[in-house]
Amino acid sequence: METIKKKRTGPVIFSEYKRGDAIKKALSMTREDILFELKDSKLKGRGGAGFPTSTKWMLTAAAKADKKFLVCNADEGEPGTFKDRVLLMEFPELVFDGMVVGGYTIGAQKGIVYLRGEYEYLLKPLEDYLEVMRKDNLLGKNILGKEDFNFDIEIFLGSGAYVCGEETALIESLEGHRGEPRNRPPYPINTGYLGRPTSVNNVETLAAVSHIVIRGGIWFAKFGSDKSTGSKLFSVSGDCEKPGVYELPWGIKISELLKIVEAKNTKAVQIGGASGHCVPKSQFNRTLAYEDVPTGGSIMVFNESRDMLHVLKNFMEFFVDESCGQCTPCRIGNVKLLEGVEMIEKGEFTFAHINKLKDLGRTMQLASKCGLGQSSPNPFISILENFNDEIFNAGNGGRNGK
Amino acid sequence: MFVAEKNALSEEIESLVNKYGNNRSSLLMILHEIQQKHRHISEFAQQEVARLLNIHPVEVYSVISFFAFLNSNPKGRNLVRVCQTISCDMQGKSGLVKAIERELGIKIGETTKDNKFTVEYTNCLGLCDMGPAMAINDQVFLQLTPEKAVELLGKVK
Repeated sequence: METIKKKRTGPVIFSEYKRGDAIKKALSMTREDILFELKDSKLKGRGGAGFPTSTKWMLTAAAKADKKFLVCNADEGEPGTFKDRVLLMEFPELVFDGMVVGGYTIGAQKGIVYLRGEYEYLLKPLEDYLEVMRKDNLLGKNILGKEDFNFDIEIFLGSGAYVCGEETALIESLEGHRGEPRNRPPYPINTGYLGRPTSVNNVETLAAVSHIVIRGGIWFAKFGSDKSTGSKLFSVSGDCEKPGVYELPWGIKISELLKIVEAKNTKAVQIGGASGHCVPKSQFNRTLAYEDVPTGGSIMVFNESRDMLHVLKNFMEFFVDESCGQCTPCRIGNVKLLEGVEMIEKGEFTFAHINKLKDLGRTMQLASKCGLGQSSPNPFISILENFNDEIFNAGNGGRNGK
Repeated sequence: MFVAEKNALSEEIESLVNKYGNNRSSLLMILHEIQQKHRHISEFAQQEVARLLNIHPVEVYSVISFFAFLNSNPKGRNLVRVCQTISCDMQGKSGLVKAIERELGIKIGETTKDNKFTVEYTNCLGLCDMGPAMAINDQVFLQLTPEKAVELLGKVK
């Protein structure tokens, strides 16, 4: 891979960190103390769902079992997201140290990194890195002399399935099955990998843990807003001068972010990837935070020249491709929504039918088994509603007058 | 398939099972390695994996058919995947694909007659800030132009 390493700086994740420090500090603390620090930090899962990390780890720690697992979810498949690639490539120490801290806290003996197949080129450097950690006793038996703390990390390669980013689908595929999501509950914290308590955490969450252990939860909570503490890595792509990964505090306005990445003539921003929401210009004063527009970090910028119906079609094709096919609302619903987009494209639609499809979308949001089908109607509904003038009224009912 | 080839494949799969362990959890890693080396997982390979892991062959097939990066039908020696998701699309994916199709004389999804290349679309490669992106086997290439993409194909053996 022919990329140049940039010198990155930021308030939290990209601030200075020395390899192994978080492990040393954590092993001098009790498990309860680490959980209290996490609670103070109010850290929420960075994958997008935003479940409090301290609660997840507390429940996994409290579960009784002969074995427990910690899984690092590096199946970053959401279109427009690439922060985990940057973290794993340039800051593996943060992620792996966070995993060891997590293993210690919940009482797991084994950590598994579920690396998406598309990032196969990261496998070798990461395995080499783990080997160095083993030599320095940051992994293995009695880590850093701490008796009875044994923890090792294994990397598991995915094979190109977006749905495996969903934690139960991920576990299914780890167990050698088709990556089809399970019903929840039971949650993985009780019945996870091989039926054992398993905590599945996003790459960025684990990286944040390393910093929290060193500098404390109160320090972390100073950044961002009251409900969305700390900072967030935003993966910015699309029509802007400076695409890339940015670390910014939560609560930043969309318009401020657009200024930073030097986006001009922006018409719309897709926030949260294909399954997120499309925000039109009139709402650029909204803030990126769990309490306003939540996101796993994907920001795609569209300028005035872009055809929003084309964007929507690309998203719906993605979901038709990636639906696992297990539950009916998602398997058939996405195909119907895509057909609707194609009807609009050809100018062969009725408003009655499109409105029915919007209803179908809302049904999918309620009735689908996992997050994929629950969120795939989001772009359909938000793009058709926010850009109805462009799509339906600009020409004679055709698209954009074309 | 000749008997000697079959034996070689059996031995190879046996060593993979030894490496990853003969339990169901090793299935995806074993399939991944076979796929990497042979560019597909033949029916015979599926049966061998099933036998050694003590599961039904159809279980192996069901996993293969689920994942985009695993296939049971043979493909070209080199796999070219062009990212089709929106960020790469906006940065000129279709120009890239047209140039590749012209140069190789095939349509996307097809394999060249000499079996050298199979060209496919893939969903987001996670390189949205440096698109349009394309993968040749396990290597990725960024910020491509149609000309550069074709040049890269020329360098592949």
